[in-house]
Amino acid sequence: MTTNKTFLGVPVARPKVAFFELSSCEGCQLQLLNNEATLLDFLSLVEVVRFREGMKEASDDYEIAFVEGSITRRDEEERLRVIREQAKVVVALGSCACFGGVNQLKNRFNDLEWVKKEVYGSFPIETQKVKPLSAVIKVDLEIYGCPIKKEEVERIVTALVLGEQIHHPQYPVCMECKARENICLFDLGEPCLGPVTRAGCDAWCPSNRLGCWGCRGPAPEANLSQLQIIMAERGISQERMIDRLECFGGFAAFVAEVKEKKGEPK
Amino acid sequence: MLFKVFAASELSRLFEILSVNRIVGPVKKGEDQHGRSLYDFDVVHDIAELHLDYGQTIHSAKNYFLPYRENLCTFTFQDEGSGDGGDWHKEVDYGVYAPLVLFGLHPCDINALNKLDKVLLGGRYPNPFYGEKRANMFIVGHSCSPQPFCFCKSMGTDSAIRGFDLFLTRMDDLYFAEILSPRAFHLLEQIDCHDPDSREHHRYMDLMEAKEALYVAHVDTSDLTKILDLEFQASVWQEWGQKCLSCGTCAQVCPTCYCYGVEEQVDMDFTRAHKEKRLYSCNLLDFAAVAGGHNFRPESHTRLKYRYYHKHRGFVEAFEESLCVGCGRCGQSCLAHITVPEVIASVRASKEEHDDD
Ligand code: SF4
Ligand code: SF4
Ligand code: SF4
Ligand code: SF4
Repeated sequence: MTTNKTFLGVPVARPKVAFFELSSCEGCQLQLLNNEATLLDFLSLVEVVRFREGMKEASDDYEIAFVEGSITRRDEEERLRVIREQAKVVVALGSCACFGGVNQLKNRFNDLEWVKKEVYGSFPIETQKVKPLSAVIKVDLEIYGCPIKKEEVERIVTALVLGEQIHHPQYPVCMECKARENICLFDLGEPCLGPVTRAGCDAWCPSNRLGCWGCRGPAPEANLSQLQIIMAERGISQERMIDRLECFGGFAAFVAEVKEKKGEPK
Repeated sequence: MLFKVFAASELSRLFEILSVNRIVGPVKKGEDQHGRSLYDFDVVHDIAELHLDYGQTIHSAKNYFLPYRENLCTFTFQDEGSGDGGDWHKEVDYGVYAPLVLFGLHPCDINALNKLDKVLLGGRYPNPFYGEKRANMFIVGHSCSPQPFCFCKSMGTDSAIRGFDLFLTRMDDLYFAEILSPRAFHLLEQIDCHDPDSREHHRYMDLMEAKEALYVAHVDTSDLTKILDLEFQASVWQEWGQKCLSCGTCAQVCPTCYCYGVEEQVDMDFTRAHKEKRLYSCNLLDFAAVAGGHNFRPESHTRLKYRYYHKHRGFVEAFEESLCVGCGRCGQSCLAHITVPEVIASVRASKEEHDDD
């Protein structure tokens, strides 16, 4: 680690970080470039040795690996294992890396060969059931969101560099939504997954009059049985609720449970 | 207390005089799916935006005296060349730069401020962030029409006898004004008003009598602290806990919930750090989690129970009054329909169940 910064007189190492992308839209990485005002500070905090969205050079000498995307091919599993060998800290960046993300929507079809044909036609391509990083390697830290919230990543990276503990909110999105004094989407007759979804996005969607789609996955101890009651009472069909819960993969276990009760294939 | 009466048409003059300050009052935020108006407190620039006929706001006016988020202090680091481990200094800003007029608070919300004053200003360590805001506040109360979920009457907070400068009761084409502060007295000197005559006294009293009849929701508070103690293990708590989403909505909308957490954040360039206070809720999963990882209240029903115990038992024992003003907001906003009257009634009913044994 190169040392050229101090905090209260104590030298602070500037870790080498690399960014990788598996199956994803690279939108999370783009988020990091999104705010020029803090970009230079970010770059002075860490030494970026690989970042396809922002530089040509690519080095394999890194300590922290930010991996965006989910696993849909065998070669991605192998790449990921190599990254794990090299990196001291592997960070799953964004909901694809954490839960499979939008990509895992294809997992709801039993016949993956049919999916492949529908999407790629006769083009020869290998694609398997979508997995999050944690299905293949040990992940040290997860940063949720589709996309991630830049401010949150900056806060987490600062904590990593200073060796502080990293906390994710334990409460659901409603807490942040109320602090922004939004009108509750349920009052407008719209569904919202805010009551069960992990906060941290500052109620991004409800603040723009859109119900939460649960991109950050379940809050710890999410009360999903009460969510079902809330939706049913308001005449929101179970199908619509499941559609939403399925979108990013964070609620996969619960969705499987509900489908099993209904006697549907998982 | 001094009383005055003025024509409703004079209100705009009153508003105009006050509007050299920032005015916050009830404004219409939209309509729900059934076409019902939704109100909240916000900055008002024009009297036309002020909806004094609001039933209840979704949120309390808390953001103006206990903000959801507040910077407690900023540290600046001088690191370079100091040689001895660097130096730092701390800056505290209470964030009050101008007086604030709260225009149109109902009695429940005025009483909520009175209760908060006891906790936040009355103790050994008064909270200066709150105190500064309170000292620079001019409060114009306004009469209300009890909503089906209001139970302020049960909590003894249906009328405000202190904690405001001016309290206005609408009597058709007139305003009946109660004056508590010299500032309010001088304010009324600037508009056209007169001393109420006995006919107006009676009109006021008739109005108060008519208001009584509008209360639908009630909470029986007799012996409540003792009953809560005796029913600490009642099974109804588990039933409510099963519904609770541990979402904190109830505390966020409540005018008297003041619990908070503090987070420190170092800027990315290491030149500054901030200490931020955020309102928290005893219903949240990690509310009673401590260093080392132990959580004293891991189950949602225990956390929910303690919210009720703080409001209706602990606070009563400490201050001889409840911390709940019966505004009904928590129950209105709770997606699981957990309302104070129902929770308290269910605890009382579990007592009756034993009586039947
Ligand atoms: S809009 Fe969604 S996040 Fe906001 S309070 Fe309602 S349910 Fe919760
Ligand atoms: S509101 Fe929900 S869907 Fe929107 S960003 Fe936050 S967690 Fe994701
Ligand atoms: S009581 Fe209602 S509003 Fe309060 S935390 Fe539980 S579900 Fe949320
Ligand atoms: S506990 Fe509920 S009813 Fe009581 S003051 Fe708070 S929000 Fe109002």
